Amino acid sequence: MNREEILVEVSHLKKYFASRPGFFRKRQTVVKAVDDVSFQIHRGETLGLVGESGCGKTTVGRTIIRLYPATAGKIVYAGLDITNFTEKQMFPLRKKIQMIFQDPYASLNARMTVGDIIGEPLDIHGIAAGRQRKEMIMELLNKVGLSPEHASRYPHEFSGGQRQRIGIARAMAVEPEFIICDEPLSALDVSIQAQVVNLLEDLQSKLGLTYLFIAHDLSMVKHISNRIGVMYLGKLVELASSNDLYQNPLHPYTRALLSAIPVPDPDTADQKQRIILEGDVPSPINPPEGCRFRTRCRHARTGCGESTPEMKEVEPGHFVACYLAHDGYSG
Amino acid sequence: MEKLPVFGISPDKFKPLPAGIKETIKSTRQGETYWQDARRRLKQNKLAMLGLYTIIFIILLAIFGPVFSPYSYSDQFLDKQGLGPCKEFWFGTDTLGRDLFVRVLYGARISLAVGFVASLINLTVGVIYGGIAGLAGGKVDNIMMRIVDIFYSIPLILYVILLMVLIGPGLKSIFIALGLVYWMDMARIVRAQVLSLKEQEFVMAARVLGADSKRILFRHLIPNCIGPIIITISMNIPMAIFTEAFLSFLGLGVAVPMASWGVLASDALPAIRSYPHILFFPAMAISITMLAFNFLGDGLRDALDPRLRK
Repeated sequence: MNREEILVEVSHLKKYFASRPGFFRKRQTVVKAVDDVSFQIHRGETLGLVGESGCGKTTVGRTIIRLYPATAGKIVYAGLDITNFTEKQMFPLRKKIQMIFQDPYASLNARMTVGDIIGEPLDIHGIAAGRQRKEMIMELLNKVGLSPEHASRYPHEFSGGQRQRIGIARAMAVEPEFIICDEPLSALDVSIQAQVVNLLEDLQSKLGLTYLFIAHDLSMVKHISNRIGVMYLGKLVELASSNDLYQNPLHPYTRALLSAIPVPDPDTADQKQRIILEGDVPSPINPPEGCRFRTRCRHARTGCGESTPEMKEVEPGHFVACYLAHDGYSG
Repeated sequence: MEKLPVFGISPDKFKPLPAGIKETIKSTRQGETYWQDARRRLKQNKLAMLGLYTIIFIILLAIFGPVFSPYSYSDQFLDKQGLGPCKEFWFGTDTLGRDLFVRVLYGARISLAVGFVASLINLTVGVIYGGIAGLAGGKVDNIMMRIVDIFYSIPLILYVILLMVLIGPGLKSIFIALGLVYWMDMARIVRAQVLSLKEQEFVMAARVLGADSKRILFRHLIPNCIGPIIITISMNIPMAIFTEAFLSFLGLGVAVPMASWGVLASDALPAIRSYPHILFFPAMAISITMLAFNFLGDGLRDALDPRLRK
């Protein structure tokens, strides 16, 4: 597999949500959910995307898959600029790009049997019908570790982990090459998380899949990702290979995040210094000028408020958007 | 290996299950589908079941009753006017000497036809209109719902009177008037449901799979609204039946010698002092039908609402 081939390229992606002006409220408020985010995903790799709730990571995923129209920027998939594709133009690509959802309770239609849920992509794209359809559903159920007799049951008869497997089987039905995993683990038990992660990794190595893995659990992301991007308030602040990011975090926000990972050994945990961030995440309706993190950054200086730091390659393959990190923390 | 007691229970107290027991346990623990669960809870509700059986009874009577009756709704017995209930005429006769029982049965036919038309309009126009408005959202939704508001603000009586002028009184104008009015409640309810459902992840999943709006509406959204739809229908049918009775009572409904319950009640009024039973029987029929539908509607609402699941 050619690791160098770029499968997905997102450049200067912006997604703003505007409130509709009401009858009494003439002024529009704009939530800048994603504000100028750029990254690339290579074929066959897993790119992790982390950040706290509300930082826009889910919006990035949904905008790439065209559930939301992008406000500005460009999304290129395998050389095709899909930013302004119509639903009709997107249709063939729906087979290539799939998504696994966060909430296994909301992502399956409660009125359909598991067989019909997994069979729906086969119907939509006319992949199989009749006996062949049935066989493919059985095969898919097998692939995700469920048994064929589950096909005639309804989603509410399954546990969270099983439901997530059904969601994975549905996504796999069209044989996609790129899957956006939108926090597929956050609704699951820790013991079940491991099973689902192993399943995802298995499928990746067998089928050569590319993942965009959105999560907020740093240890899980480190386990599965080749490279990791850290988001804060709609912006990407750091992007590096997972080893680099964990061993040498450059952005103060990444450092704070990593220091929050619990350590199982109490002695090491005592020695470890936690960086506690002060205050709350500022509102994305009215984000701070310049660097968005400066209101909570212990290293913030005057220059940080004047202009927004760009993503810069500080070390090979290690990008960071922070003036201090650009200067190597001197001064 | 020596067996150790588990939690203080000595191991010889444990015995292997007899063969076959495992299978029975497996088969008795079958999962319940949504509908099995709803049916079970409906059955527990005695009033609702009473309503259901009454409705089935009325439907059977309306369809087959007049066939077995020796009289037709227009046969007159001029020597037997205003008879009270007796062996020959179960509900007595009216002032023109017609058998009241068969006339009430014919009235049931009309009332049920009205209910059927109302529910058909509810199911087709109301569900699809509301579904489209909710799914489209934004401007389309706004325009579609404002149209509903405008229709809603015009009183039903006005439609009926206008239709009387245009096509004359009769069952046809009642059906048209009901058709103009009886889809709006449903449209509003389905729209509200669709608005909240369409943000759910299973709808997004369908979009990501490339499903078109038609598929999303008919396969994903409407099946998930089925509870509120059934409840609205079961509440709207008695309203439609009552509306017909009320319009016929005012003389805006079906024409003589056809008998609807409203017409029967209206006919009884001039002679109410001498022959009160002529008013009593059609009024009773209206009340029983309304009560039966309302009991069933209440029961369905409780049975289909998953929040009330025990």
